[in-house]
Formats: sequence, structure tokens, C-alpha cells
Amino acid sequence: MKPWKLCVIPVAMFGFGFAMVPLYDVFCDVTGLNGKPDLAKRTFEETVESARSIKFQLISDANARDQFDFLPNDHLLRVTPGEMYKTSFKLHNPTGNTMTFQAIPSVSPGPSAQYLAKMECFCFNQQVLKPGETVDMPLIFQVSQALPQDVNQMTLAYTLYVIDETPES
Amino acid sequence: MSTAADSLTDHHHHGPAKGIRRWLFTTNHKDIGTMYLVLSLSSLLIGGLMAFVIRMELFEPGLQFVDPNFFNQMTTMHGLIMVFGAVMPAFVGLANWMVPLMVGAPDMALPRINNWSFWLLPFAFTMLISTLFMEGGAPNFGWTFYAPLSTDYAPPSTTFFIFSVHLMGVSSIMGAVNVIATIVNMRAPGMTYMKMPLFVWTWLITAFLLILVMPVLAGAVTMLLMDRHFGTSFFNAAGGGDPVMFQHIFWFFGHPEVYIMILPAFGIVSHIVPTFARKPLFGYTSMVYATASIAILSFVVWAHHMFTVGLPLVGELFFMFATMLIAVPTGVKVFNWVATMFRGSMTFETPMLFALAFIILFTIGGFSGLMLAIAPADFQYHDTYFVVAHFHYVLVPGAVFSIFAAVYFWLPKWSGRMYSETLGKWHFWLSVIGVNLTFFPMHFSGLAGMPRRIPDYALQFADFNMISSVGAFVFGFSQLLLIWVVVRCVRGKGEPATEQVWEQAEGLEWTIPSPAPYHTFEEAPKVS
Amino acid sequence: MPAMWRVLTGCLLLLMAGPGFAELQWNMPEGVTEVSRDVHQLHMVIFYICVAIGVVVFSVMIWSIVHHRKSKGAKAAHFHENTTVEIIWTAIPFLILIGMAIPATSTLKAMYDTSESDIDIQVTGYQWKWRYQYLDEGVDFFSNLSTSWDSIENKTEKGEHYLLEVDNPVVVPIKKKIRFLFTANDVIHSWWVPDLAIKKDAIPGFINEAWTVIDTPGIYRGQCTELCGKNHGYMPVVLYAVAQDTYDKWVASQLKAQEEAKSIKEMSYEELYALGEQVYTNNCASCHMPTGTGMPGVFPALHGSDYITNKDPTDQINIILKGKPGTAMAAFGDQLSLSEIAAVATYERNAWGDQKEQSVTPAQVHTIKTQAALSN
Repeated sequence: MKPWKLCVIPVAMFGFGFAMVPLYDVFCDVTGLNGKPDLAKRTFEETVESARSIKFQLISDANARDQFDFLPNDHLLRVTPGEMYKTSFKLHNPTGNTMTFQAIPSVSPGPSAQYLAKMECFCFNQQVLKPGETVDMPLIFQVSQALPQDVNQMTLAYTLYVIDETPES
Repeated sequence: MSTAADSLTDHHHHGPAKGIRRWLFTTNHKDIGTMYLVLSLSSLLIGGLMAFVIRMELFEPGLQFVDPNFFNQMTTMHGLIMVFGAVMPAFVGLANWMVPLMVGAPDMALPRINNWSFWLLPFAFTMLISTLFMEGGAPNFGWTFYAPLSTDYAPPSTTFFIFSVHLMGVSSIMGAVNVIATIVNMRAPGMTYMKMPLFVWTWLITAFLLILVMPVLAGAVTMLLMDRHFGTSFFNAAGGGDPVMFQHIFWFFGHPEVYIMILPAFGIVSHIVPTFARKPLFGYTSMVYATASIAILSFVVWAHHMFTVGLPLVGELFFMFATMLIAVPTGVKVFNWVATMFRGSMTFETPMLFALAFIILFTIGGFSGLMLAIAPADFQYHDTYFVVAHFHYVLVPGAVFSIFAAVYFWLPKWSGRMYSETLGKWHFWLSVIGVNLTFFPMHFSGLAGMPRRIPDYALQFADFNMISSVGAFVFGFSQLLLIWVVVRCVRGKGEPATEQVWEQAEGLEWTIPSPAPYHTFEEAPKVS
Repeated sequence: MPAMWRVLTGCLLLLMAGPGFAELQWNMPEGVTEVSRDVHQLHMVIFYICVAIGVVVFSVMIWSIVHHRKSKGAKAAHFHENTTVEIIWTAIPFLILIGMAIPATSTLKAMYDTSESDIDIQVTGYQWKWRYQYLDEGVDFFSNLSTSWDSIENKTEKGEHYLLEVDNPVVVPIKKKIRFLFTANDVIHSWWVPDLAIKKDAIPGFINEAWTVIDTPGIYRGQCTELCGKNHGYMPVVLYAVAQDTYDKWVASQLKAQEEAKSIKEMSYEELYALGEQVYTNNCASCHMPTGTGMPGVFPALHGSDYITNKDPTDQINIILKGKPGTAMAAFGDQLSLSEIAAVATYERNAWGDQKEQSVTPAQVHTIKTQAALSN
């Protein structure tokens, strides 16, 4: 056996370490391992299953600094799978700077993330707010009928991060 | 005639060089093995000093000696130095010394790489320890360096920590490649795989684990480096990353890593028990298969370190079942050792004492490991002192005791002198009492609710912590006896050792003179 | 030497079986929920199985050590394999493991129940405190360690709940399904209350959940269990489980306090003092006198009293809030705003030289007021 051939293994495994990043993302998309919903627009082509009603909670966390008012306008919805819902989050920038935000969604229980589709979400893009500006950011979503029967409540959380900050000139 | 004369002068030239050059430029497996062992002993003392600081602070509730940030630096550095500086180099040192002797090879397959892989380590550890004196202090995020504590919230010295892990990784990988090449290519004629001594087998499997997972660790720290300095977001939720992914990558390395620290120990004990029971090892074949299955299983159990991160039910169940499975091959090993002792003719020299303590105490650590595998119960155990008790039981009276056993077992072969049995027994009894006094009460404090990695604790944990601290001081100071024992032998005190050293020792390493000459097996022995 | 003495008693306790342990907690608590009792039982069952295996294996080993030693003239046998035995001792552990896995699986499944909850609390980890947001009720507060740094640094006595006490505990009703939603603001934390058998990581940018139904009222204490930086050891969890009506009252008082807190403005020492003088003249001076000396035998003096010479204003604020039943001292908690109470406390502390420019802030008053509401 030629020892240098063995070196292929560590090199490949170093690559595998990095390959775990996209693999993990794919794995999470399929299984909902980390409860992270899709960041892209999608819908389920489904009829409305009127017999079910799910307790759907919306919560927020202003991770960056607590001075930004970032709150759901509806914190609790009764959601029927298949139906499309529209709600919004309020965001206020009390600072004297123009702020760029990114909201990151997360769903609990994690595996139900794959049953959540968003037509429109402020998390698809970064949000830019002028000093003192307040915006209502719309969210249009749908829960799939495929959501397992034993799931009776879901939580959709958004964490707000400051991406950029420029002083008003 | 001239050839004989040439070969004689040749021999003369191949003797050890004089002074420091011998150690800097050596490619001799025995010299390099010795250097690894010395490095390991120094790390044990430095890491032990840090444990001393930790146990001093935890002797009583309240903050006495250090501030919480320094305490965190101590727990982090203690873990890193003991894992990467004490246990791993000790096993590599033993492999360097013993694998060529056991397979009848004149040296390791890649002697120059061997030199390089050792000499990376002193630099790596100097860099790591120097972080203690840097502005902002040493890494303080635990040896598991979970993001984002190790990215956005870490001291500047983290960059040096990352480089030193890279160096250690490169060193380990080269060492492992060397071990594999030696075992695969350089066995004496007639030594088939299933005739290899178990230490060689366990090291072969360990070496494969090393080359499979050390690069993953290197990848993890590289991503950390990029997140810290190059604006990537592997582990940062703000940029679309996931801090939990760090834990997945880390433990994909981390779990095989803990077996890297225990498989060679299984090998050592499988040599010592038959020798002093004067009876062949029971179930050699099943030992080999058990080791291999433990190694394979170690790749599919990593998330049992992460039961509380919020895995889906299926995930928890999978990792719980897979982890429980490891108990089967581990049990087989313990049963085999006990069956080897059964109806033997035992004597209890120091190596045997350490090996017996290993079997009992490692099994206790295995039991608490089984308890930790039960996911619902783990929600109560996770990140408490119960976990600290568990992994110290498998690492201290487990890995470290096996290293002590190995040192006593092979020291006569290395030095040509018998160690002092009286001192050895003192060292053993003080160590075994100290270890249990230190780590057994930790089971209780953990179950009662004491989290790990805290510099100060609620009053109900005070008694257990005080006992642990006293035990730690006993264990720590009794290691000075080990140094004394070793120094005595190296300086030529003590009875001269015979070739075979132990009455019933079997294997090629016991057919060469004691001390082992600088060059051995230049002509391959025949194994029947 | 008291330290040595404690070591000795500790060792003794370890050696004594049974009653000696009653005082010392050394096992996992049974807890106060169905799940926690299941977990405890699971823990005990597995523990006893391990003990049983240990006894068998170690007995054989010790028996061999005692009897099969060379010094007793034992001659070594030569057997070194036995396929039947090896198959048996592979199969038996496997069966035992299956026996363990069955109850473990059912307990785990119960923990993942997603039926509708009655109360939802968002728990956010910060370096180094917890924030609790009651989603339906709108109650929102931070919970900080309340142990003083003096006692941590051994300058004062350590209290009974040293390091396991907070300013604002999380309060929940018993016999209701409570769901906790965990997240973190900075690094990863982990929320643990042993009596509920809940330990869940709070991860920045991600949300986790756990639920509980508590059946016994009480105060349950826990800690952060994921290394989160310097003060990781100093962010405890204290949870009060109370009857539904107590809970309702607590929610009402919290909401009221929050309304009040909205009016809190940062005030400088001078502003506090000036406002305090006004409040004092209008409400206090008639009895306690403008000089703070009171009227001997009738109205107690403030100047020089323990309430204001003590650096810690808690007692002073409490008496202003609640009054002193059976005396002329009225409760001002509902009459004065938080700022006014803070101002008058500041004024009393400094007007007659008992303290030197020491401010009492409206926020401090707020904290003490919300705590007081709970102890009622």
C-alpha cells in the first residue's frame, strides 16, 4: 500500500466537513430538523380542509437591540389548513440612522416548518427603514393539509437582525 | 568480509546523535515515542494545574480565587490540553514505541513525517497556552467551542486557538497515516491481520478514525475562522446560518474523538490482563470485531450530545437507539476481560492493578453513559455534573489509567530497569482513591441539579464539591510519585529487567533485549 | 477548622446509608409533573439495571481475583474462546437494551405532545438574564439574579437560596398546560427546571418549545445549563406555581405595573430630589416634620432611622408602598406614581444627610412593587 493514497481520505473528509453545510440545509428542508421555513415564495395547491383549526402563534424577537419595536399585529390566529392568511408585523425605527434589517423566521415544532408556505414575507428581502419610520410588513401564508393530525398548534417566530446602519446626512 | 565491516560502521553511524540534535532531527521511532510521552506528561501537569485552580475555586461556594471569566478560561484550556495534549499524544507515543516492536518492524513507515508530526505539537501547544497571556484572555467558551459564543462573543485570542487546533490536526493526521502505513506494510512475515496483537489492532482502527474525523474538526474551526474574520455566516442566524449546525459538525468529529481516546486503552488492557492472569486473552476475534463495531457506531451517534437542542422526535429516537447499541460491543469487551481472569493464575503488579481499576471504573463510566443515552432522562442529566462525572470516569480511570498501566508495563522494556513496585503500588492506591473521591460525588451533585461550567454554586452542592476538591488534590499530588518512578528507571536505578520482563509476557516486543536497543528488527522476525 | 469539619461530615454522610441522606439531596428530584415522575422512574429503573449488571460482572471478577491468584497456587486454564458463551453475552445485553428502550420511547413521545396549550410563555435568554413574555396575557418582564455580589464575594452571609433567587420570578397556574417557547438574544442558553424535567436550549434566531402541567403549588428553582459566557453561573430560573386565582391576580397586578412602568422616565438626582421635596411636603411633612425628626412618641423620626441609613432602599420603598397597618402610616402604592415614590425616597435619603446624593430610581420602585404584589 502506498501511504500517499491514505492522504486522499483526510483531504476528502476536510471537503466533507464543508459539504455538511449544504447537506445540512437540504436535510433540514426535507425533515424540518431545525424548524427553518423556506425563505422563498411558494404555495400549496390545495383545497381548504374546513374541519381543522390550528392554534397559530406569531412571535417576534428583536435580537439586535431592544430599542426597535418589532411586533406582530396579530399574535394569535386560528388557521384552517389549505386556506391563505394575511397578517402583518409592525416595525419602528426610533433611531436617527437609516437601518437595514433582516428578519429570520423559525417554526416550532420544527418538523411542521415544511408544511408552511409563504406567498409574501418581509423575510424574503432586507427591510430598509428611515429614521423614525414605522412600517407594517405584510405576511401571507398558508399551512398545508399534509400537516400531521397530531399537530394542534404552531408557532412562527421572527428574529430581527440589524444588517446595516447609516447615519442620516 | 568488507560487507560485514561496512554494516558495522553503518551501525555506528546510526546510533543516536549527541545532545539536542538527537531530539530535533531524530527519525527513530523510540526517540519520537519518548518525546510524545514527555510532551504528554508535561501537558498532564499543566492541565492538572488548571484542574487545581478549578477545584480550588469550587472548594466552597462563593468566589474565592478567580473571577468567572478566568474560571471559564481554565475549564476550556483544561479540556483542550487534557484531550489534545495529554491523552492523545500519550497514545501516539505508545504507538510509536510499541507498534514497530509488536509487528517486528525496524521503524515506523514514514520516519521523517514522524519527526515532523511530533515537532508541530510543541508549537501548537505553546501557541495555545500563550493565549492565556493575551489581551482579552484565553478562549473561554468551553472545549466544545459552541458558536456563537466562539464567534461573535469570543476573545481575540480565539484566532490563535484555531491555528493551534489546525496544527494539532495536521500532526494527528500525519501520525495516523504513519501508523496505518506501518501496520499495513511492515508486519513481520507470517503476521496475518488476525494474528496482530490487540494494541496494534485497536490502534489501526483508531488511526482510521483519526484520519476520518480530524479533517472535519479542521473544517469546523476553519468555518469558525471565516465567520469571525471573513464575514461568512456558517453559524450565524442573521446571515442564514445555524448555530446548531456547528454542534452537528463538531460532534460528528467529537464522538469518534472520544473513542480515539479509549480504543487504544482497550488494546493496552487486552495485553496486560492476559499477561498477569497467565492465560491467553479470551475471545480475541470478538475483541477485534467489537472494536470495529464501536468505531463504526461512533459515526451515527453524535447527536446524543445534543438531545436538548430541539431535535424532532424521530431524530431523538434514532440517536437514542444507536447510542444504546454501543453498550453491546463494549459489554463484550468487559466480559472478555473478566473471562480472561477467570481460572487464571493472577498476580497483581502495578500494571495489573491499574488495568483492573480500569475495567471496574471504566465500566461504571459506561453505565452512566448508558443512562445518558436515554433521551428523556438525559434532559435531566444534560450539562450537569452527572455528565462531568461520566466523562471523567471514562477518561481518567479509563484512558489515563490505561496509560499509567502501559507505562508501568513497558517501562522496563524502555529503560531496562524494573520500577519500584512499592512506589508503584503507592501511586496506584493514592490515584484510585483520589479519582473516586473526586469524581464519584459529581454524580450526586449533578443529579441534585448542579450545572457544569459554573464557578460558583448553590449551597446544597457544597458538601459534594468539597469532597471532590479534596479528592482532586490527593489525585493531583500523587502523580508526582509517577514522575519519581519514571525518573528513577530512566536514571538506571532499580533491578535490571530481563528480555521477557514479565513471567508470561508474549509477543515480539518481549523477545528483544531490555532496554530495547536503538535499532530493532532490522531483520524481520518470523511469526509462526 | 469549619472547612475540615464539613469535609468529614460530608464523607460520613456518604458512608451512611438511608436516613443520613434525607437532608442531603443526592438524587434526581421526582418533580411535580407527570412527565418528571416518568423521567425519574425511568432513571431509577435504568440505574437499578446497571447496578444489577455491575453486581454480576464485578462479582465474577472479584471472585476470580480472590480465588484465581498465583499466590494461592492457582494454575491457569488454557481456554480462550467459547462461541456459545460469546453469543449469549451479546444477545442478553441486547434484550436488556430493548427492555430499556420501550419505556424511554413512550416517555419521549409524551414530551412531544402538541395538543393545545392554555398558556404560552416566550422565554428569551440574554447574557445573563431571562425574559418572560406571556403571549396571550401581555405580561412581559426580565428576571435577574437577586443574590447580592457582596454575598457572592463572601463579604456577607449567603442566604438559603444563594444563586437560586431572582427579582422577578415566572409565575404560572397549576393544572394548566403551559407551553414555553425558547429563543435567545445573543448566545445559546438553556432553560432548566429539574422539578419540571424541562431542559431546552434557547438558540438565537431559532425557536424551541416544551410544555408542562404542574400539579403541586410551590417554588421551583433551576439554572441556565449551557455555557453562555462570564456570568453563566448567575442566571437562575425561579418559577412559582400557584392556584389559578392567585395567578389571575398576579397577571392583573403585573399589567398594572407595566402600565405604570411605561410612564417611567430616566430622572437625574436633581430632578428626583426636587420632585421628592414637593411630594414630601404634600404628603409626609405633616407627621414626619420637614426636618424628618417626627414627633417623639407619636410619629417616628425618619432622619437616622434604619429605613434610610441602610444603603439598600428595599425596606423604605416597601413601607411607602404598603404603609404600616395599625398606625397612621398610609399605603401610598396606589396614590403616588412610581416616579413620585422614587423621588420621595430619594429626598428622604439625602435631605438630612443620611446618604450622600443617593438616587432611588423609578425602575427600582417598579421592581419592588411587582415583587410585593406576588408575596401578597
